[in-house]
Order: sequence, then structure tokens, then C-alpha cells
Amino acid sequence: MDNILSIVTFIPAVAAGILALFLHGEDSAAQRNAKWVALVATTVTFLVSIGIYTGFDPSNTGFQMVEEGEWLLGLKYKMGVDGISVLFVLLTTFIMPLTILASWHVTDRVKEYMIAFLLLETLMLGVFMALDLVLFYLFFEAGLIPMFLIIGIWGGKERIYASFKFFLYTFLGSVLMLVAMVAMYADAGTTDIEALMSHHFSSEGFSVLGIYIVGGMQTLMFLAFFASFAVKMPMWPVHTWLPDAHVQAPTAGSVVLAAILLKMGGYGFLRFSLPMFPVGSAVMTDVVLWMSAIAVVYTSLVALVQEDMKKLIAYSSVAHMGFVTMGIFAANQQGIDGAIFQMLSHGFISAALFLCVGVIYDRMHTRDIEAYGGLVIRMPAYALVFMLFTMANVGLPGTSGFIGEFLTLMGTFQVNTWVTALAASGVIFSAAYALWLYRRVVFGDLIKESLKAMTDMSSRERLIFAPLIVMTILLGVYPSLVTDVIGNSTAALISNYDMALAAAEAATQSAASH
Amino acid sequence: MIQADLTIILPEIVLAVYAMAALLVAVYTTKDGLAPLLVWTTAGLMALLAIWIATNGDGTNVAFNGMFVDDGFARFSKVAILLSAAAILVMSQEYMARRDLLRFEFPLLVALAAVGMMMMVSAGDLMSLYMGLELQSLSLYVVAALRRDSAKSTEAGLKYFVLGALSSGLLLYGASLVYGFTGTTLFSGIIQTVQDGEISVGLLFGLVFLISGLAFKVSAVPFHMWTPDVYEGSPTPITAFFATAPKVAAMALFARVMHDAFGGVIKDWQQVIVLLSVLSMLLGAVAAIGQRDIKRLMAFSSIAHMGYALIGLAAGTELGIKAMLMYLAIYVTMNIGTFAFILMMERDGKPVTDIDALRQYSKREPGKALAVLILMFSLAGVPPMLGFFAKFGVWQAGVSAGLTGLVIASAIASVIGAFYYLRIVFYMYFGAENEDPIETHSSPVLWVALMGSAALMLVGVFYQFGIEGAAAAAAATLVN
Repeated sequence: MDNILSIVTFIPAVAAGILALFLHGEDSAAQRNAKWVALVATTVTFLVSIGIYTGFDPSNTGFQMVEEGEWLLGLKYKMGVDGISVLFVLLTTFIMPLTILASWHVTDRVKEYMIAFLLLETLMLGVFMALDLVLFYLFFEAGLIPMFLIIGIWGGKERIYASFKFFLYTFLGSVLMLVAMVAMYADAGTTDIEALMSHHFSSEGFSVLGIYIVGGMQTLMFLAFFASFAVKMPMWPVHTWLPDAHVQAPTAGSVVLAAILLKMGGYGFLRFSLPMFPVGSAVMTDVVLWMSAIAVVYTSLVALVQEDMKKLIAYSSVAHMGFVTMGIFAANQQGIDGAIFQMLSHGFISAALFLCVGVIYDRMHTRDIEAYGGLVIRMPAYALVFMLFTMANVGLPGTSGFIGEFLTLMGTFQVNTWVTALAASGVIFSAAYALWLYRRVVFGDLIKESLKAMTDMSSRERLIFAPLIVMTILLGVYPSLVTDVIGNSTAALISNYDMALAAAEAATQSAASH
Repeated sequence: MIQADLTIILPEIVLAVYAMAALLVAVYTTKDGLAPLLVWTTAGLMALLAIWIATNGDGTNVAFNGMFVDDGFARFSKVAILLSAAAILVMSQEYMARRDLLRFEFPLLVALAAVGMMMMVSAGDLMSLYMGLELQSLSLYVVAALRRDSAKSTEAGLKYFVLGALSSGLLLYGASLVYGFTGTTLFSGIIQTVQDGEISVGLLFGLVFLISGLAFKVSAVPFHMWTPDVYEGSPTPITAFFATAPKVAAMALFARVMHDAFGGVIKDWQQVIVLLSVLSMLLGAVAAIGQRDIKRLMAFSSIAHMGYALIGLAAGTELGIKAMLMYLAIYVTMNIGTFAFILMMERDGKPVTDIDALRQYSKREPGKALAVLILMFSLAGVPPMLGFFAKFGVWQAGVSAGLTGLVIASAIASVIGAFYYLRIVFYMYFGAENEDPIETHSSPVLWVALMGSAALMLVGVFYQFGIEGAAAAAAATLVN
């Protein structure tokens, strides 16, 4: 199959179109059909995407399975994957059937709900495969629309505030990135990501409004992209939209948000910031590292005092993303491998944690930690699953969470010891808030009357968790599964980055000596 | 000689003669009884003329010693003007008939306004410019006050007339200064005197007055005061008309004067256009936030959109003009769809313009709500809708012309502006239930306009019907 990437990307969109055009009515039969269409479509997408994985050659550091076609305004429709993106594609296709299964009890506007998730899947896959700047932006930005609707229509009480905040926050970051993209187009004359990676953007410093900018054009462009990716990531201090969005979104929305949408920020840093603006990245490295360390410590502390389970996990996500940005900007093999690993692992773990909250929320319709306690007595299987993912979130060796945190810390240690020391203390905090949450919800005596009728997980819920458990433990004991695929691509990325920095250094020195 | 001249302006003559003949026929027969028929024949004739101009035009032809220019740029604008005017006419027929507003003068005044607009975009001389502009404006003043027994409508007409007269005065004053300092009113003559990039102070004054007069016509800030009131007061079909064809004509005229007459001194007018553009975008974005009336909201939206289109003009390059033309074509398509929806909004047969009435509209009419959602995101410039590519085009032109600051300002304005488009989506999809919901009366024409325009916003991403090539060719004839 020559165009397997397009096929994978657009299967969900086609399914959404079928739902929109051919499914009518709001009765239970129509609702059931909508759910089944969505489940089949996402499962087929996953099965076909395995073809991408098997056809992928890890020893090749370039883009593979590339498709190219003409598009409007001199832009191109170009798709392809490399070692950095291929696993994100698989993560997306893997998570989506689970989110559809997790939404099985939805009864309000089921058809539209499924259409929104299917379109969202297409757009997310497009982000990871696009090899044209504007095509990337199109997918990146269009994903806001279904997410805006998912939070707004199917969300909780404060959904309107949360959906607007989500949209406008991310939109502001993105339009600044778009301006930078337009500037890149004007400078390089192409929007082809492959070509832009080898294009040298000027890094000569200049003054804007009396402020001297080290790294010149590259730093400015880096900042514009940073505005978008840092919001998306999200990094402290622009993370405040995330807890709101997470708390208000329906369970499946939170899962997608945490497992996939947040990864776009990290992916963007690896795809654009480091390879295209190496000098800009180097100039800003210290700032980003310190921001990451602050994120890890500060949001962990904030997580400690949360009373809402989802909010707690949302803050823990911000903390874990802090490790990712730290690893990326350490810009060495361990750091970047660890960052990608951490993103994938967080994709499984945070998805599972939000699903865990969803399980008890569906029964009790509250997310207050106060309302629970002693669940282990009524729900032993649930207690076990929740325990596993709590431990994985803390970073217990043997789970995937440990590998990611360890690699990023090791990578950063070679660059900045203080940041590493600070971030490492975050690991302890994360153990504190996660275990405390677990103790308050699962252990203790079952004294609350309302909890006494709780039933353990149904077989559908068990089915959702099974693949996540497998992946978390598998990656924990056999990390080469990931690092072998990404290793060569990250090595190439790092060597290009170092070469570009050395060249810029040499250029400044020769300019100084003249 | 005169034969050749007449051949070149034949489309304008046909439309003008038709309008006058139809006027006579209607006056001497059944008057308003003929109105529905006249709407359709006028729209049909305009569509035919558009096809004629699009397929027959070739190269650059000059008539009447340079006063009238028929080139690719003029033809592109004329097609856009005629098609959008025809679309608005057929959309308004049913609305006006049901509210007893349909006078036979309405289609004919629109036709005469269209003649004026065609004249404007083909003007090669300050005098023909003014002639076209006044023919257009006088027709528009009258249609604005079409609902004679409504205080708001007459107020709109009068306000438009008084402020329009002021702007005409500014324009004429500028024109006389230009004439005084260059000795000619022909664009081709004016550009000779500014060719070396130097411009005398008197001519500069004339240029600024000219720009002020034109800025009034495109409703760019700070010459926008009339827009919200006129949009709100006029009957909705007239508002729809104001928001489409005249905007294209005025922008095209603006571009023609700047490039044909003052193409040698781009730096001198660029800074003025940049200022107009920034102010329009920011004011359009901020002022619309407080609006509850969808017509006023669309007025501020059109002010903001003209600001974006002005980026293309401010670039002063061929790429900029191409982006501007694309922007206008896309803007007009979006507005036709949006106004088709506004024309549908009613409660107990009375038109409703309060956006509050849209609460939970998606539950009652999922199809139409989806179309409006697409149009709103397109107006906000969110991909993958076509509105995004319109913005991308002008930004691209702006950045390559070195106007990065302007582009950043417009990026910020587009985020602020996104808020009020989102709010309409929010009302339709997840606002609290309204006790007094609106109905939407939908005629087939309106339905086609709404759905077609929404579908184009998505289809346009894959296929643009050759608009891009035509815009590029049109831009190439203007800037050289």
C-alpha cells in the first residue's frame, strides 16, 4: 500500500461522514449503531496502523512511506513518518478504540459525540504525519474545534468557561506560530518540513525596539513556536487551561486530551524547534529547563492540595510533561529518548488514571475525593488496577513511568545538575500526592452509606483496562521496544543539532576575528 | 473609434439600459406586481453578464482615452460583484415579499448600483471614479431607506447619506488637489509625475484625502462610524447587499487608485493603509464583543475583515493584490451564507436579530446549525475552513513585504475576534435552553445559499474552481 498513511488518517473521517449522512434518529437502536460504527472504525484504524509499524524501518532516519501531492496556494499535501512520529501515530490509534468503549454509556446526542471523536482522531493522526508546515498547522488547529465542542456539549457544570478558555488559550499560541510559519515560508520559499530542516535560518543577532536579540531570527521564531507548544504541552505558567478543561471534559475527552493532545506540544518541539531553530533553542535552553523544573515541583505541590480527583491528575500531568520538556531540551540521546518514552508512557498511564476516575464517577457522579473511601472492600479488582496505575504514575521500577523519568533525569543531569536535583525532588512529591490520593479513595473503612452499593468493574471496563495494563508493564520491563524504534532518528536529530550549533559558533568566531 | 469604446463597455451599457427600460415598463404597468419577476430577471441578467465577462474578456482594453480600463483585475472584481449581487437579490425576494417590502425599484436600484460598481473598478480617471462611486452610493442611500415607515430604516438611509456626502467631499477635495499638482486626472498621467518616487506636499495631501474618502467606502476605521447603524437599520437583505458587493467594489477601487495612479510612491501610502488596517482589525474585533444584535455584530465583523483585506493592499506587491482578491472572494462567499441564515431567523413571522434567540438551536435544526458552525469558524479563520486560507494568503503577502508587525497585530486581533464567532456556536450548541426559541423560515433559495456557502468553505480546501489562478492573473495586470 503506497498511501497507507492517508488511509489510516482518513478512515475515521470517512466513518464520521457515514454517520453524519446515513444515521438518523435518536432512538436506542440509532445510538447503538453510532457506537458500533465508531468502535469498528477506530479498531480498523488501529489494525491498519499496525501495517505502518511493521513496514517501518528503524535503521532509516529519514521520512518513510512518504506521500506527496499538489495543494492550493503553492502548498503541498505531504505525509510521512520517521522514528520520532511513528509511535505517536500508534499511540493515537491504540487509545481511540478504548475511548469509544469508555463512552458506551453516553446517551446525549450520541451521533454527534461519535462524529466529534472520529474527526478528532483524523486530525490528531494528521498532526503526527504531516510533512508540510501549513498542513501540520491545519491539523493542529482544526483539532480545537471538535475538542471545543466535546468539552462544551458533553462537559460538566463549568463547561462553557472551560471550553472558551481552552479554545482561546490554544488559539492565541497557535496564531503566533502561524505568523512564524509564514515568515519561514517567506524566508525559505518552501513549506516542506523536510526541506526546512536543512534550511539555515539566520541566527545573526539584531535589535528590536532597543532590545538586542541573541540568535536573531531563530530566537524569534523559536519563541513564536514556543508560544504554541508551551500552551499545548502545557508548561508552567501557561498550564492553567488544562485543569479546567480536564475537570469539565467528559471522561473520554479527558483521556484523549491527556493521552494524545498534550503530546503534540512535545512532538512539535522535536519536529520544529530543535531541528529548524537550533541556535534559538540553544539560546533558550536554560529558560526552558528552569521552567520545566518549576513545573515539576510547583504543580506537584498544587496537586497535593486538590480535592477533585480529575484536577489532581491534571496537575500531575503538567508535572510529568515537565520531565518531557526537560528531556527534550537536554538535547542528548538519553534526554530525548526519555522524553519520547515519557510521552508514550504518560499516554497510557494518564489515560488509565482518567478512566479509573471515570469508573467511579459513573457510579457516584462525583469526583470529590472526600466522597470516597474504603472502595477496596466493594471493588477489589478496581483497587488493583488503580494501584497499578498509581504506582506507574509515581514511577515505580517495572512500570513504564520509571523508564521515562529516569532517562530524562539522566539526560538533564549531564546538562544542568541543579535543574535535575530540583526535578528529582518532584518525583518524591508525585509519590506523595498519588499515594495519598490512593489511600483516601481506596483504603480506610467503608463508612459512607452511599458507597455500600458500589459494584466492581464490569467486563467492558475490564476490557478497556487490559491493553493499558499490558502496555504499561511491557514497556516497563522491555523499553527497547520503544528505544530501538526511535533511537536512530533521535541520534540523527541530535547530531544535526550539534552540527548546526558548531557551525553557528564557528561563524560568530570568524565574524569576531575579522 | 467610438465603436471600439462602446464594445468595451458593452456589459455596463447592457445593464444600465436594462435597468432604465425595466423601470419604464414597471411604471407604466402594474408597478409592484412586477417586482418578483424583475428580481429574477435582474439576477439572471447579472449572472449572464458575469459569465460573459469571465469568458470573453481578454487582455487590457482602454476606452474613452483612458477613462475606462477593462483589464483582468477589473474583470475579476466585476464577476465577484455581479455574482454576489445576483445571489443577494434572489435571496431577498421571498423575505421582502412576505414582509410587504418588495418594491419594483429594489432590483433596479441594485442593478444601477452594480453598474456604478463596475464603473468604479474599471475607472482609469478620477472623474470616472467619482461617477461610478456616486452612482453606486446614491442607489445605496435609497435602498438603505427602503422601509419608509420604519424610523430605523430612514435613519439608516439619512445617516448613510450625510456621512457619504461628507466622504464624497473629502474625496473630491483630494481629487482637486491631485489635479492641481499633477495637471491631469488620468491615472496614467498621475503616475508619470510620481514615477521617480518623489511626491510634492500638495499631492501628498491630495493622496491622503483620496484615501480618506475611499476608506469611508470600505468602512475602515476611523471612517467606520456609519457601518453598525446602517447595517442594523436597513432591512436585512439590504444589509446583506452592503456587506458583499459594495465592499468588493470599494476595495478593488482602492487598489486600483493606489497602484495605477500612485504605484510609484508605495512607501508614502503604505503607512496610511497599515494604520487603517490595524485600527480596523482591532476595533472590529473588540467592539463586536459587546454586540447582541447579529446584524451589528456582522457590521463589526465586516470592518475587521476589511482590515485583513487591507493587509494585502498595504503589502503593495502583486502577491498582496492576489491575496486581497482571494480574501474578498472568500469573504463574500462566507457572508452570503451567513446572511442567508440571518434572513431565516424569525419568531412568529417577525425577523429576529438577537443572538440570544439562538440558544440550543442545534437540537432543533442540526443541519443548519452545522452549516452556521462551519461559517463561524471560517469567519474566525480557524482551519480547515477556507477562511483560514484567506488569512494565510494576506499574512504571507504581509510578511514577504516586511510588514511583520502588522501581521502580528492581525494575529492578535483574530484571536480576540474568534471570541464572538465562538459565542454564536456556543449559543447554538451548548447555551442554556431559551423559553422562547426562534423558528427558521427556510425557502429553498436560502437553504441552498446557506448550505452551499458552508460546503464551499470545506470543498474550497481541496478545489478552488480556478479562483486562485484568476486572482493571480488579475493581480499581475494591476501591478507591473
